[in-house]
Amino acid sequence: MTFRKYLVLAGVTVLAATGDSILSLGMKKIGSVSLHRLPDIFLVVLHPEIALGILFLLGFFACYMTALSWADLTYVLPATSLSYVLVALIARFFLHETVSVTRWLGILLIATGVGFVTQGPALTHKPARSEPDKCMGEPVSTRIQP
Amino acid sequence: MNQAYTWCAVAAIVLASTTGDVLLSRAMKQVGDVGKLFRESGWLTVVGRTLRNPNFLLGILAMAAAFYSLLFGLSWGDVSLVVPAAASLTFVANAVAAKIFLHERVDQRRWIAALLVAGGVVLLAA
Repeated sequence: MTFRKYLVLAGVTVLAATGDSILSLGMKKIGSVSLHRLPDIFLVVLHPEIALGILFLLGFFACYMTALSWADLTYVLPATSLSYVLVALIARFFLHETVSVTRWLGILLIATGVGFVTQGPALTHKPARSEPDKCMGEPVSTRIQP
Repeated sequence: MNQAYTWCAVAAIVLASTTGDVLLSRAMKQVGDVGKLFRESGWLTVVGRTLRNPNFLLGILAMAAAFYSLLFGLSWGDVSLVVPAAASLTFVANAVAAKIFLHERVDQRRWIAALLVAGGVVLLAA
């Protein structure tokens, strides 16, 4: 993992959180979408907030695809999950939603799980190509011998 | 009733985005290291090779379904519930899907993380 790769992961985190929050702001302005007027959901992309949110999410997508090209799916997802915390902060301070104590605890638990995964290797199914797991390349028998 | 709607939207997001994530991850592994490819042959090659990958296109379709489910969900519930709930349930579903379909080595560390995240989701819904 290089500094540039961590920057890409940071891009995934920040752009996902801000993009979702802008979308939420836009959809709240538009109001509840009625199931009886389903085509409306395809027209909401014309609203400026929705368009801006989509722009942010496109940036997120580019970073996400880049990350997936050199890391496991089960590494990228948790490694970027600080965005849940970011979403809660944005919801609390910019969208003025109430974030209850239990929700904060839930977010904390998710973040803990996430920190757990980032301790491990980024790529596991093709260990021979880049950043091989040190103890994996070594046959077990050579380590057991006195 | 709004709450039931919200959770239906969450279920739809989880199903669609797990499918999408697995397809996209497979596609990008086929494309290869984007950073390296970019330095060697420019961004046009990167974009071209990505866009011509059938797994990528299928993944985009699944993601589009997930995106519209998300728009529905956001119009019915709070962003601090819908986004973390869907994303972290997707994470657990992805751990299973990645092991089965992508042959990733989902070790003890990653399973514990999945359980912690699942616990977090229960708290979010409380």
